[in-house]
Amino acid sequence: MTSAETYVTAAYCVIFGLVLLYVVLIALKLQRLQRDVEKLSSRKDEDG
Amino acid sequence: MTAVASSGQPVALGHNQGVGRRHRIPLPALAIASFVLVTLALALVFFVAPNDADQGFRQRIFYFHVSVAFTSYLCFGAGAWKALRHLWKRDPFADLESYVAVHQGVIFGALVLLTGSIWAKTSWGHWWVWSEDQLVLFLVLFLFYAAYFMLRYSVDPGPQRANLSAVYALFGVVLVPVSFMAIRLSQRLIHPQVFTRHGANFGGWILVTYLVSQFAVLLLAYTLYRLEVTGKSIDARLRELRLA
Repeated sequence: MTSAETYVTAAYCVIFGLVLLYVVLIALKLQRLQRDVEKLSSRKDEDG
Repeated sequence: MTAVASSGQPVALGHNQGVGRRHRIPLPALAIASFVLVTLALALVFFVAPNDADQGFRQRIFYFHVSVAFTSYLCFGAGAWKALRHLWKRDPFADLESYVAVHQGVIFGALVLLTGSIWAKTSWGHWWVWSEDQLVLFLVLFLFYAAYFMLRYSVDPGPQRANLSAVYALFGVVLVPVSFMAIRLSQRLIHPQVFTRHGANFGGWILVTYLVSQFAVLLLAYTLYRLEVTGKSIDARLRELRLA
C-alpha cells in the first residue's frame, strides 16, 4: 500500500468510524428509552 | 403539556403531537436510502473516478471531505433557522431541533477537521497550516459551536436556556459565509477551490462522483438528525408520562 493509499484509507475510516460511534450511542439511548417504556407499562399494569 | 427533554429544554408535547413532528418519509426508508447512496458514492470514489492529474490517488479524500464540510455549514444554518423560529414564532419544538442541528454540525465539523488534516499531511506534508485562512476560520467556527454546548449546559433548563442558546446559534451563523468565502479572499490559495464563479473546477466522472457523494452525505446527515430528534422527543414524552 502506498503512502497516499494509507492516508485516503485513514480518512475514510475516520469518517465512518465516527458515524458508526454516533449511531451506536443513539442506539444505546434508544435501548434505554425502550427499557423506560417497559417500566412505565409494567407500573401502569400494576396500578390498573 | 410540557416536559423536559434530555437536551435540558422543556418541549411541549401534547397528546395530538405524539413524539414530535410528522414526516412524509419514514425513518427506515431514509436509513436504507442513505446506506444505498453512501455505498454507491464509495464505489464511485474508489472504482470509477479517475486519479487527479496533479494530486493522484490522495485527491480521493476530496469527495467526502468537501461533502462533509458543506453538510456541516448546512447543519449550522439549519440550527440558526430553527433558533430564529424559536425566538420568532415560539415554536416549542424548534429549540430541540436547533440543538440537534448544531450537534450534527459539530460532529460533521470534527470530521472536516480530521479528514482535512489527513489530506493536508499527505498533500502539504503538515497536519495543520496556521497561515491558511480557510483552515483557521473553520476551526474558529467549529470552536464557536462547540462552546454552544458549554453555554447550554451551564444554564438551568427552561425558557432562559432556550432563548440564550437560540441567540448564540443565530450569532454563530455569521461565521459560516465568512468561513466559506475565506478561500476566495485568501491571497495564498494553497487550499484548492472547488467552485468558482464559472462553476465547478472539474467535470466528467469527478463531478458526478462529487455530486453523488454530496447528496449521500446530506441524506446521511438528515437521517441522523431525524433519528436524534425522534430519540429526544420520545425521551421528553416519557418524562411527561412519568410526571403525569
